[in-house]
Amino acid sequence: MGEEKNKNRCWLKADDEKQGIIFPFVVLAIWQAISVAGIANPILMPSPASILGAAAEMLKSGELVRHLEISFIRVIEGFFIASALALVLASAMGIFTRIFSLLNMTIQLLRPVPPIAWIPLAILWFGIEEGSKVFIIVLGSFFPIFTNVLGGIRQTENKFVELAKALQIPQRKFIMKVVVPGTLPFIVTGLRTGLGYAWMCVVAAELSAGMQGIGYMLTDARAMIQTDRIIVGMLAIGVIGKGMDSLLLLLEERIIKGKEFYTGNE
Amino acid sequence: MSDKAYLRIEKVSKTYTVKKHHVTALQELDLSVAKDEFVSVVGASGCGKSTLLRIICGLDSEHSGNVYVNGRKVTAPGLHCGIVFQEHRLLPWLTVAENIEFALNNHTKAQKKELIEKYLALVELSGTEKYYPNQLSGGMAQRVSIARALVNQPEILLLDEPLGALDALTRLNMQKEILHIWKKEKTTMIMVTHDIEEAIYLGTRVIVMSPRPGKIKKEFIIPDNVNKCQTDEQFIRLRREIYHEISA
Repeated sequence: MGEEKNKNRCWLKADDEKQGIIFPFVVLAIWQAISVAGIANPILMPSPASILGAAAEMLKSGELVRHLEISFIRVIEGFFIASALALVLASAMGIFTRIFSLLNMTIQLLRPVPPIAWIPLAILWFGIEEGSKVFIIVLGSFFPIFTNVLGGIRQTENKFVELAKALQIPQRKFIMKVVVPGTLPFIVTGLRTGLGYAWMCVVAAELSAGMQGIGYMLTDARAMIQTDRIIVGMLAIGVIGKGMDSLLLLLEERIIKGKEFYTGNE
Repeated sequence: MSDKAYLRIEKVSKTYTVKKHHVTALQELDLSVAKDEFVSVVGASGCGKSTLLRIICGLDSEHSGNVYVNGRKVTAPGLHCGIVFQEHRLLPWLTVAENIEFALNNHTKAQKKELIEKYLALVELSGTEKYYPNQLSGGMAQRVSIARALVNQPEILLLDEPLGALDALTRLNMQKEILHIWKKEKTTMIMVTHDIEEAIYLGTRVIVMSPRPGKIKKEFIIPDNVNKCQTDEQFIRLRREIYHEISA
């Protein structure tokens, strides 16, 4: 009984992954064919083969890894700070009405300001490299995490609240056994979205200022009209972002219990 | 088993305000239930049956009049009452054993384990400790929720249409099981139901409530000697009389 029911426990199935990898290769093949046929301008749209060549060269020289590492560390720092802040604030505001009334207006006023709009101020406040980059990432990934977690807490089902009342469950136990597990799927969604925003923000911040990181590498390549290097940078972000997202999905699968995921129609 | 008024409800009234309209859910309701009784409450939808249960267990304290359980006034939810809802309300992220354990607030690990085993055996679900609710059938899940309600050994068990969502066959089995638990545990039980046969089958007394304002319309004592068989003559007569009271 248990096994059959658990079929949909994981929505990141190995089979799907294998199938999913075919499609990008098909696209690459078509792209290569177009390049070889000479339809596309190789300066604006380099062929996959030349991109691969650029990637190999950038890997060999170590510059790809160097820039990626810098951006990666910035993302990790910013994302962790944002996650911690968002989890603490959303939990406090979700559980204690007073804290909610005190802070909600401020947060909702700050939320619509695009993180990128903070870049000029951030540079003045925290300097052109690490400080301002991490600050922008924190701002960008904080809100999706915060909004999801608070929304998740608010979705705690009334039938369980009533049950806990009837059973005289102490507040602490109620939070640990009812609110937190019920909010976990929202937390994971928040973290996934937040991580996506973190990459967006780091690239945006590095594009606009600084001399390091993958975003800088992209603007530098643009200045030299090295489109193959630009595309290598973009692909690298895609691969790393996907890897980090997969880790979060793995986490979800580990911590969310007694739930079947809807995996769509066959 | 001498206490004739183990549960005492005195002049309990409850009004809701819905968009400035006052709805009287219960009006000056009086009811006494003895320790060894099983009271079935029937009546049309909206006659305040569920409100009555919520008041008895203290979930609803905004009412006039008083409720006493074993001489003590009920002012807030307490472990004097166990309650089983129409839906099982098992926490989906906890296993069967953890769901029952959830109800236990002050016990040692060993005590918890023993109680969980005891009550799972009572509802005939030993061996399902590690299952999650989504791996259980509707009837099994409702049995777990009965075990959860009983694990604190409440003085009164309130059942709010506990079998309403189950299919006919499962329902019949569950009725037998509830009767068995009542006899074994000697817990006073009050059950709200829509099913007249179920009310007679399980109850020692059937209370018919009428709506707007919600009050007790009539009571039927079910004699001990009634053959609890749905083709029995006396059973059929009772069923007809109760049906008549509800629809009149």
